[in-house]
Amino acid sequence: MIDQIQQRILEEVADLHEVPEGAYNIRTNGQMAGRNTTTNIDIVSKIDVSGIDIRIKPGTKHESVHIPVVLSQSGLKEMVYNDFYIGEDSDIVIVAGCGIHNCGDQDSEHDGIHRFYVGKNAKVKYVEKHYGEGDGHGKRILNPGTEVYMEEGSFMEMEMVQIKGVDSTERKTIAQLAEGAKLIVRERLMTHGSQHAVSDYIVELNGAGASADVVSRSVAKDESYQKFNSRLVGNAPCSGHTECDAIIMGTAKILAVPQLEANNIDSALIHEAAIGKIAGEQIIKLMTLGLTEEEAEEQIVNGFLK
Amino acid sequence: MLTLENVSFEVQEEKGQKEIIRDMNLTIDDHKFIVITGPNGGGKSTLAKLIAGIEKPTSGKIFFEGTDITDMGITERANLGISFAFQQPVRFKGIQVLDLIRLAAKKNLSVADACEYLSEVGLCARNYIKREVNASLSGGELKRIEIATVLARNTRMSVFDEPEAGIDLWSFQNLIQVFERMRESTAGSILIISHQERILAIADEIVVIADGRITRQGTREEVLPSLLGTASAVDACGKFYQGGKGK
Repeated sequence: MIDQIQQRILEEVADLHEVPEGAYNIRTNGQMAGRNTTTNIDIVSKIDVSGIDIRIKPGTKHESVHIPVVLSQSGLKEMVYNDFYIGEDSDIVIVAGCGIHNCGDQDSEHDGIHRFYVGKNAKVKYVEKHYGEGDGHGKRILNPGTEVYMEEGSFMEMEMVQIKGVDSTERKTIAQLAEGAKLIVRERLMTHGSQHAVSDYIVELNGAGASADVVSRSVAKDESYQKFNSRLVGNAPCSGHTECDAIIMGTAKILAVPQLEANNIDSALIHEAAIGKIAGEQIIKLMTLGLTEEEAEEQIVNGFLK
Repeated sequence: MLTLENVSFEVQEEKGQKEIIRDMNLTIDDHKFIVITGPNGGGKSTLAKLIAGIEKPTSGKIFFEGTDITDMGITERANLGISFAFQQPVRFKGIQVLDLIRLAAKKNLSVADACEYLSEVGLCARNYIKREVNASLSGGELKRIEIATVLARNTRMSVFDEPEAGIDLWSFQNLIQVFERMRESTAGSILIISHQERILAIADEIVVIADGRITRQGTREEVLPSLLGTASAVDACGKFYQGGKGK
């Protein structure tokens, strides 16, 4: 059921070389291509809309869920809703990702809404990779929406990566944190050609002791455009930090808009934003090690996005 | 062997042309440990950059092992066997110490092999190998890593631009041992720009540069006595106390 192109894309977005261990749901061209559930993790298709419910039993430890999506049929547009119910005290890894291979002339688009309900004291590591390829004129479009609802004492680390080949992306992430919850976001983004990427975060720190750290590192090449919009809202004694660090190249444009809103006298919020080109001396240093100018630039960009 | 023939370097300034290096002739023989010293602003760093290819001479020729490298770029010279340690090491966000040493060695060194170079410059390797070469490292740490990248390259010609600049006295005392070891073990030539008496004291040859010209050149025995006590040969403590008096 999974052909070679799809297999390669699965490797790109989920590091999957074979069928993953543990629970998984593989979606290709709008259809389920494989699913496995475990004693602790159940995956059920939604009835009213396209998508799945993933239910993780309380206390589940050291298990993983893979839910990659592949689009290799030009012109396919889909809207998917995936809901994750993560039981109290569990400790799990969720790997999502979407790859589009578009050789045709029609646009391919995957819009996914992921909702996470993170139970008390649960720990989640979420990895999401987006990737596009194919030499057709059709655009590769990904619009992920992520909603995170974190209960008391829960912890979530989100790693969001989009390095190559996605023509247009609008990413919206909202998070609400209860007492003592902690959210870490690490976003890495590279745009090239005439790509367009918008990333929007609104993180509400609603409980005492809640904390968030939202950091984006990005590289905009050629004539691409990026907008990073990150807003931390302190509604309780809490701490938050958001940072956007970008390298600009060619004739690209970047707009960074970090925002802080404090509604409580004990909310401690910090933002940082920096945009700049690669420093000439960095290139010279690597050239004195024998790299060409192009190789030096590539190393600097790869390191920055690592 | 590296040879400079009638090398001049001028820069355009508001008041007109300014000559930084004036018609300089210099030969650095194989297996020699040469220290270049002289007052600040005399053209020492510019000379180092001319050798590495970061600056190009306005006139004159530079030869390296018989090849005219005057018109070669930085990369070509590096691949021919010239290494350069920056006076102010460059920081990189995201690039780890291990990455930098691997790039320098031009091979995928094992972590253990890369650690050897760090140990060589007095860094406890396992604490540093995975660190990013960014602002979290101190000036002294960066300097050692910079020197480790030159060691990893193991080339025929290594140029160090003021290894003592920007580091504290204690770090520098340890660095001298690094150069002493390098002097014993290297197969190539070493050229160090320095004001430090203890570095001058291990030189085979000392070259004094002032106002863009070589004002003195000779063996350590010939040149060093006349430099002692001047700004060209500061002993580490002297410099420390001068600093302490707020000079």
